[in-house]
Amino acid sequence: MYVAVKGGEQAIDAAHALLAERRRGDPQVPGITLAQIAEQLTLGVDRVMNEGSLYDRELAALAIKQARGDLIEAIFLIRATRTTLARFGYCEPLETSSMQVERRISAAFKDIPGGQILGSTFDYTHRLLDFTLAQDEVPVAARTAPTPATVEMPRVLELLGSEGLIERPSAADAEPQDLTQDPLNFPAARDLRLQNLARGDEGFLLALAYSTQRGYGRTHPFAGEIRIGSVEISFTPEELGFAIVIGEIDITECEMINQFKGSASVAPQFTRGYGLGFGQCERKTMSMALVDRSLRAAELGEERIAPAQDEEFVLSHSDNVQATGFVEHLKLPHYVDFQSELVMLRRMRDEMVGEKLKAAE
Amino acid sequence: MNAPAYNFAYLNEQTKRMIRRAILKAIAVPGYQVPFASREMPMPYGWGTGGVQVTASILTPGDTLKVIDQGADDTTNAVSIRKFFVKTAGVKTTEKTEAASIIQTRHRIPEAPLNEEQILVFQVPIPEPLRFLEPRETETRKMHALEEYGVMHVKLYEDIAQYGQIATTYAYPAKVADRYVFDPSPIPKFDNPKLDHCPALQLFGAGREKRIYAIPPYTKVKSLDFEDYPFEVQTWDKPCTICGSRDSFLDEIVIDDQGGRMFVCSDTDYCTKQQACP
Amino acid sequence: MMPLLASVGLSKYYGARTGCIGVTFDLYPGEVLAIVGESGSGKTTLLRCLSGHLAATSGEVRYTMRDGRQAALGEMSEAERRLLMRTDWGFVHQDAREGLRMGVSGGANVGERLMAVGERHYGRIRAEALDWLDRVEIPADRIDDSPVAYSGGMRQRLQIARNLVTSPRLVFMDEPTGGLDVSVQARLLDLIRGLVRRLGLAAIVVTHDLAVARLLSTRMLVMQQGRVIEAGLTDQVLEDPQAPYTQLLVSSVLQV
Repeated sequence: MYVAVKGGEQAIDAAHALLAERRRGDPQVPGITLAQIAEQLTLGVDRVMNEGSLYDRELAALAIKQARGDLIEAIFLIRATRTTLARFGYCEPLETSSMQVERRISAAFKDIPGGQILGSTFDYTHRLLDFTLAQDEVPVAARTAPTPATVEMPRVLELLGSEGLIERPSAADAEPQDLTQDPLNFPAARDLRLQNLARGDEGFLLALAYSTQRGYGRTHPFAGEIRIGSVEISFTPEELGFAIVIGEIDITECEMINQFKGSASVAPQFTRGYGLGFGQCERKTMSMALVDRSLRAAELGEERIAPAQDEEFVLSHSDNVQATGFVEHLKLPHYVDFQSELVMLRRMRDEMVGEKLKAAE
Repeated sequence: MNAPAYNFAYLNEQTKRMIRRAILKAIAVPGYQVPFASREMPMPYGWGTGGVQVTASILTPGDTLKVIDQGADDTTNAVSIRKFFVKTAGVKTTEKTEAASIIQTRHRIPEAPLNEEQILVFQVPIPEPLRFLEPRETETRKMHALEEYGVMHVKLYEDIAQYGQIATTYAYPAKVADRYVFDPSPIPKFDNPKLDHCPALQLFGAGREKRIYAIPPYTKVKSLDFEDYPFEVQTWDKPCTICGSRDSFLDEIVIDDQGGRMFVCSDTDYCTKQQACP
Repeated sequence: MMPLLASVGLSKYYGARTGCIGVTFDLYPGEVLAIVGESGSGKTTLLRCLSGHLAATSGEVRYTMRDGRQAALGEMSEAERRLLMRTDWGFVHQDAREGLRMGVSGGANVGERLMAVGERHYGRIRAEALDWLDRVEIPADRIDDSPVAYSGGMRQRLQIARNLVTSPRLVFMDEPTGGLDVSVQARLLDLIRGLVRRLGLAAIVVTHDLAVARLLSTRMLVMQQGRVIEAGLTDQVLEDPQAPYTQLLVSSVLQV
């Protein structure tokens, strides 16, 4: 006699207990600490902060540990935490020209005021596995150029701008909207688009950016400037009425110089694409800048033929927390709907057989 | 690091007010999809965040909550959501449909008729009935505003031309109060008649797509069809093996690998009651 | 008698570039007007402004509705305009794919407008679709095929059927025979001419092909660089062109 299966609740509890066991792994192996993750898996932490939309290295490290290294799962944890936090206001816009620069390069010019500073980078390393890293490493102290007290590091795009060679960034009169407070509607203004891209999945944006370089909506990009370093956060509390510095964060900023554009009455100028992210995230910010520029196609009168230029397509599918939720929801029971399909399919097939038999008579 | 303290039913009061405003708008315009700023929840998008946000916004300490998925209280996701509300709101829960003041459901409407004191909250994956015919949101918005629903009947026409019958068996579109065409969520078409003139308030939450819509009590809901191909529900030629019901939606259970099958009520509470007093 | 459609000083500029300038004419019920010119003459811009697909920079388009009221196209709400385009107007695109739903069957394509205005009987919709397929000479057994499987000429005929099923009073056509084989063109033109006459349709046909204009239209506008440089009865303009440009056009048509 068939008895309806019960015990779902106990099954779930047992599954979670097993997860905790697997997460810890072999008890003989020392447990990983948050400090180790934050210090030595920094770029993973940076990605989780970016797509989780929350700047907190310790929380991101905790999320990575809890997620067993699955970065999208960690990003999900951070987003869920973010919702519960009280919002007490918006900081002043970041002054990236005053950045304490650790890395700063431009592909557009051989040399620039302030110089090309390589900083720490995988660039130009030979991608050969280094087996000495199997042991704990004690790296030789790096040589850095002495940093003068004040270094003039004007933005490369400002230099072009002063000659009128590149479009001015649009001075928005309206207050920027907040993607996390208001639902996204199409057509979307640039502020919401950039917010969407900032938290968008790195892989998705990378693929779209790559596609533009391969002809799916070419924008002829040059890396005008990539800056990585720390900036101060200023905030104006209501009680004080003036701005105070409440801390500093590490960010990456990328400004692309793109295909020039003019008209019969306006002399041609280069156009721009912009990318910004927490920590060191060049791949992300470069991809973001390329996709930002592509999404401006309508505004710049370009024919929209490629996926990277399709605003609804890009912005609706960039959020990996939404994406993984919906893709993975297919694991949930769907047997009632499947049952409906089975009933109908069987009926259709019976009818067809019936018709064939009738025709044969 | 300190663990944050959670508000009653997880969401903060500001968020709940925002969602309730969306719900009120939805009730004022039956079947119309109201955009809302869906919050990130601790369960994944696609797993009921819309339904959970709606329930969280209307829940009071005196409520009794029932959560079902595929008609059953014991399916994994229903268990998980019920636990979530017990943890964050401490409300009473029940498996009995008549004892619940709020019922959150995925993919079924309970067999037992509902009353005016109850609210039914549906989990919705894709709120837009036109989505698979027209992928662009900018265009579907216009179509709803201008009542341009010809394309929905085109789909039904195609089904009949190809298969001899309307091939939609779940998420079957219907017209609400003679105005908006809506997607009732992936409930089997078997359940569509229950939507019409239901005494309970029916709320629909889509978290990932950020839309809320509603059917106020006693509202007309008519499933789309043709005059000569009228809407009809599924039937089974066998009753429920356990309780003998001939009026409920039946799940197919595979018993062995020789094609052995049995059919059992999908609504577990209904089946239990039928067994007690057939 | 009031004109069905009146264009009054219609102009369209794209920044400094001219689309069309100062176009004025009246169209009466049952008349077919050809707008003729080479590429870049502004004829497509004009057609799009007349049909409400493009907003004019200045001037007006007035249409006489079925209830006798004259409405200015620019002042209509989007809802009114869209309804007009689905019922009282037709638009035949040069590329049939733009005017059809390629993802549904021929029958559904013809039936859509009926369903859009509330027809809810499958049998009647299908009968009407079959009737129209017959009228545009598409074999009945193709009714359930998708237009992807149709030939170019057949797609164009399907597009025409799709437009005519709600008995519109005015049909816009943009190079209706463009891209088709010569023999297919001839057959299609015959069909269009027959339908227009039998249904008493008014039509505005944009074409660069004078033979199409001669066959279909009673009156003609000749455009060059955005301006109408000659207008009149088709036969007269083609027999006795006055403007130098028209003379050039007429004389360069290959005499077969």
